[in-house]
Amino acid sequence: MADNPENLQYTKDHEWIRVEGEIGTIGITRFAQEQLGDIVHVTLPRSGSSFEASESFGEIESVKTFSELFIPVSGEVTEVNEALNDSPELVNDAPYDGGWMIRVKISNAAELDKLLSAAEYDDFIAQQSGD
Amino acid sequence: MEKAVIRKSSNHINQNEGLIFERSRPGRRGYCLPASDVESMPIESLIDAKQLRDDDLAGLPEVSEVDVVRHFTRISTWNYAVDLGMYPLGSCTMKYNPKLNERVSRFDGFAASHPYTPDEMAQGNLRLLKALEDSLAEITGLAAVSLQPAAGAQGEMTGLMTIRKCLESRGDARKYVIIPDSAHGTNPASAAICGYAVKTIKSGSDGSVDLDNLRQVIDGDVAALMLTNPSTLGMFEEKIEEVCRIVHEAGGLVYMDGANMNALVGVTRPGDMGVDVIHLNLHKTFSTPHGGGGPGAGPIAVTRELEPFLPSPRVVEITDANGETTLRLDYNRPHSVGRVRAFHGNFSVLVRALCYIVSLGPDGLREATETAVLNANYIAHHLKDDYEVAYPGKPMHEVVFNDKRQQAFGVHTLDIAKRLIDYGFHPMTVYFPLIVPGAIMIEPTESEGREELDLFIDAMKSIAREVRENPDLVKHAPHNTRIGRLDEAAAARKPVLRWRPASSAAGQK
Repeated sequence: MADNPENLQYTKDHEWIRVEGEIGTIGITRFAQEQLGDIVHVTLPRSGSSFEASESFGEIESVKTFSELFIPVSGEVTEVNEALNDSPELVNDAPYDGGWMIRVKISNAAELDKLLSAAEYDDFIAQQSGD
Repeated sequence: MEKAVIRKSSNHINQNEGLIFERSRPGRRGYCLPASDVESMPIESLIDAKQLRDDDLAGLPEVSEVDVVRHFTRISTWNYAVDLGMYPLGSCTMKYNPKLNERVSRFDGFAASHPYTPDEMAQGNLRLLKALEDSLAEITGLAAVSLQPAAGAQGEMTGLMTIRKCLESRGDARKYVIIPDSAHGTNPASAAICGYAVKTIKSGSDGSVDLDNLRQVIDGDVAALMLTNPSTLGMFEEKIEEVCRIVHEAGGLVYMDGANMNALVGVTRPGDMGVDVIHLNLHKTFSTPHGGGGPGAGPIAVTRELEPFLPSPRVVEITDANGETTLRLDYNRPHSVGRVRAFHGNFSVLVRALCYIVSLGPDGLREATETAVLNANYIAHHLKDDYEVAYPGKPMHEVVFNDKRQQAFGVHTLDIAKRLIDYGFHPMTVYFPLIVPGAIMIEPTESEGREELDLFIDAMKSIAREVRENPDLVKHAPHNTRIGRLDEAAAARKPVLRWRPASSAAGQK
């Protein structure tokens, strides 16, 4: 499971964030989409809505289950990946690329310090899968 | 490789069948009407043009009576039902529905009575409602029962509405409902509908409520804890009394999800454990039809303190000056949450449930519970060498495995479930509870005799062997069905919800 990109930061709820200036791009990890199975629907917020860190910003439904999406840091949504409306499978096929979900204007950069690095996240999911 | 031992089912005998639209032939019909004895008139002269449909009705099937009968009869043979065999869906309690229940529910006095019949002319039906309320109160160890909720999830909602009303009467409705991470998805949905935010607590390493975590999150803003006991892992919540004490000391109430009541009836009572409200799924525990077989019923039982808040009307007993008792529907319930269902709930389901309770009696109900627990443990014992048990401990009426051992061969829970169809069984519950990755959840219920359990165990063992020796066979199952593995992702992503005539279908993407 060492293919989690090193330039991203991670949460224990299996979201990732890529920071470029004050904008963060957010999605779910490869591990998360593998656990969920084939994604059939993603519900995302409108541009302009604001969330506090760890708040639910949307919902994701797969053939197996239904899950909430938790935002890694506080911020205002500036852009939503509209492509997921018609092609939710992008989350399965390219979780770190075409399967991104929202971009936010980060309101408190200090919150980024609490997130996991790629190596820390690798360790965390190794524990989770118990092997 | 050893050949698969499929003892129960070989090939499904059911035939392929197209859509009824495809059977259509121009001019074919299934009726023969006598000549009309009134003058025929153009429809436009009788009905305002605004009300007439102008979209294309062409393409409605033109078929004969025998075409229709064969079409639907053939489709009906594709069904799997508890009348055909074991239905091991965990958390669903798919027990057999005795035919006596069906017979009694069709008695004219029940089936033909009108819900507006005056109380004095409906004493028998009111007596039935009262008898069922009293039986369920005794079974749950609680003071009062409302039979109105139409199903489990509505029972949950009604229970939480009752809790909210009670807390409002104490002065503060509070803000949160605590729900363990192993809960049914309906629990947080019911809490949210009743205006509560949800706080999730994690399960301990043995799958039970983590008391330390509970103590951390509980405070004066917590309205209720929603708990399933036995938990969705099929394990009895041994610290239930302590859990209830912690919630009560903080001024909250305890709601129990009664989905797993089949493990408790006649042996122990939620009311005695400290539970304030419970809903019962009559279509699970009390042998009324489940799912497509008919509507459900989700009565709630509550403590004496919560009784004034139950839905209105209530069945009450009135004694007159001569000492004669009659039953009345009491609408004067100023503190009630109001109606949650028209009339008296799903009445004919209530008839079936009382029929089950009365025909088994107290000893029979206890024996059903004991047999359900014994059957699940029999399966747990015989499959533990082939499938990994998700959580250690003694299961009650259902057992949860995972697919860890099978994953080494690239086989997942879904594949095992699909392969089970080839052996003539309905698949078990898969991927629930959510806290067990690759969950395989099996609930045999008390309906199955040892022979059927052995067939099921043999099938599961045979599949485990196939996984080791020929994993592709399992990965591409089912093989013996009319159609093979469906693309579930495509079906969910791009569902085709209706048939369209070829001409208009061509114009669509």
